[in-house]
Amino acid sequence: MAMQDINQGKNTTTHTYQGLGPSLLMPTWLMIGIFLVLPVLMMLVYSFLTKEFRGGVIWEFSLNAYDQFIFDRGLFGDDPPKMEWTYIGIFWRSILQAGIATLLCLLIGFPTAWFIATRVGNSKSIWLFLITIPYWVNLLIRTISMKFLIRENGPANEFMMSIGLIDAPLQMINTNFAVQLGLFYSYLPFMVLPIYASVERYNFSLSEAAADLYSSQWVTLRKIIIPTVKPGIIAGCILVFVPSLGAFLAPDLLGGAKSFMIGSLIEDQFGGQAGNWPFGAAVSMILLSMVLIVLTFYARLQSRRAS
Amino acid sequence: MSLHETNKIAIDVDNVTKRYAEVTALKNVSLSIHDNEFFTLLGPSGCGKTTLLRTIAGFEGISEGDIRLFGDSIIDLPPNKRPVNTVFQQYALFPHMSVMENVAFGLRRQKVVDSEVRKRTGEVLELVQLSGFADRLPSQLSGGQQQRVALARALAPRPKVLLLDEPLSALDLKLRQDVRVELQQIQANTGITFVFVTHDQEEALTMSNRIAVMSAGIVQQVGTSRDIYESPENKFVADFIGDTNLIDVEIVETDGRQATCLLLGNVQLICNNAKGATKGRASLSVRPERLSLGDASNSSLSGTVSRLTYLGTDIHVAVNLEDGEVIDVRVQNSEDARIPDTGDIVGLNLELDAARVLMN
Ligand SMILES: Nc1ncnc2c1ncn2[C@@H]1O[C@H](COP(=O)(O)OP(=O)(O)O)[C@@H](O)[C@H]1O
Ligand SMILES: [Mg+2]
Repeated sequence: MAMQDINQGKNTTTHTYQGLGPSLLMPTWLMIGIFLVLPVLMMLVYSFLTKEFRGGVIWEFSLNAYDQFIFDRGLFGDDPPKMEWTYIGIFWRSILQAGIATLLCLLIGFPTAWFIATRVGNSKSIWLFLITIPYWVNLLIRTISMKFLIRENGPANEFMMSIGLIDAPLQMINTNFAVQLGLFYSYLPFMVLPIYASVERYNFSLSEAAADLYSSQWVTLRKIIIPTVKPGIIAGCILVFVPSLGAFLAPDLLGGAKSFMIGSLIEDQFGGQAGNWPFGAAVSMILLSMVLIVLTFYARLQSRRAS
Repeated sequence: MSLHETNKIAIDVDNVTKRYAEVTALKNVSLSIHDNEFFTLLGPSGCGKTTLLRTIAGFEGISEGDIRLFGDSIIDLPPNKRPVNTVFQQYALFPHMSVMENVAFGLRRQKVVDSEVRKRTGEVLELVQLSGFADRLPSQLSGGQQQRVALARALAPRPKVLLLDEPLSALDLKLRQDVRVELQQIQANTGITFVFVTHDQEEALTMSNRIAVMSAGIVQQVGTSRDIYESPENKFVADFIGDTNLIDVEIVETDGRQATCLLLGNVQLICNNAKGATKGRASLSVRPERLSLGDASNSSLSGTVSRLTYLGTDIHVAVNLEDGEVIDVRVQNSEDARIPDTGDIVGLNLELDAARVLMN
């Protein structure tokens, strides 16, 4: 840093050795361009076009998609505008669901990650391997299996009745509980892995130092361990919260109509009944902006801490 | 080095054995560490110094024995209930806390009131000359400064006993020598009992009131620097502390204090330092600086100079005896010093009071 400052003052440049760096990064830039920037731009453009009946767009600028998100102008669109709460409600419910799922994943994921990271020798890699096993099966298939497990006369209910826990089958499918279960199950490893990586790097003599300075295990956890592994916890929370927010399979297959979430709303505009492409694109852009705002906020926080 | 005024025992390590699955790290270790003492555990790497320190701090349980702090057994107390503090070898500073918060940590856990915490933290930081660094993070400090923070953090709660595990080993030579003096002063000024671990004999000899020399989980000897250097009780201590010549001898006569030794089968010496000697094979320990060179014709013991090593203040002369044993002689580099050449035949004179008989 000091070197740079001096050089800036003298208006000279230093050439650090970069080797093949820039040219080796070309494939990465291509990938990002084609599969990330381009689709997002397309969505952005589509969200400002006019809808074609039953899918597709007419290339004519329109703010209707965003208007529809916020205002209710009646069936034929000519009533005086009232606030439209339906979609904001869906967003709110999605945030709530994703937040609860993140919290559940954290509560279970942290001890799990801690357990794995504190195993000695080989058993560590075995545990990690076990964590990844569900990923050998596609998410769709796993979600459908879950549906069978928790349906009215499925194995979960039968088991609980056989041990006398309940008398009649519990209604689990098509409830918020089912959505939670689905999200939790889908994204738990995204919580475990980054926390594991943090705990793995944790210097356990810090815990000894804390104990040496009269702190109980609980205080050590709060004051020393959690602050030092926080980057892993935050990464895990983002990795669970963001996909949960836009999740489509779990709410659609397990939650049914009552648990409609953003993902289902978007899907409905493109593949489903509603068939309103600009509106689907607009909802996607709103979701994306929200996530970006949260991430930027977090990045700001991090860089302020680092400086 | 002031003598400690009281002979009150701060730590009583009573016949402690510590077994791990494969190794026994401590074997029937007994030590009495006095209050107000700078006590050093010295020994080669792997001899069990850290293990002993950790059993006192409470990070390791013990397999047998007892450890008492001012008379009360502490082996059933968890580390956070033991009124001792540790300076860790790698410092173990809390990376997310400022220097000030690190130092205040122990006081806060003891529920010391805020104003008092601030006052004492300031005092301790002053003591270790870090007053201007209170708001820095550990990562913004040099190794030497981090070491001071670790010391300040452990001193702040005013423990009865401070445990230090090779606190200087990560510092470079010059800094290490400065910090040695500071540590001694801090110990003397605070009156806290220091239990200091090192594998560096010079560090141990210069800093300590008393030293326990350890090897392979066993305490070999406890004594002042002088006791240990001048009257080693066994071959390990003689060999480990400083340089020494261990010459094979046969004891032909002894009364348990004095012994008549036979070197090379024909040279007879009468040695006064022969406590516990018995007839038979033994070793004669003679420090290189307690030997001098003379004319071969005037000495009963002679040999050929095989190597000269120039060390500035003195010169090491390696002399091969006729049976092949190599004796190291240290000659002071002064104007009238007679420095032989390699290949010369020289006589060896030894101060008999400085030679010590050690049984094998
Ligand atoms: N947690 C442990 N598990 C097994 N063996 C250990 C453990 N800690 C130390 N040891 C063994 O105990 C012996 C003494 O170690 P230590 O006290 O660290 O030595 P020192 O500090 O003198 O270098 C060594 O042989 C070491 O391998
Ligand atoms: Mg050690």
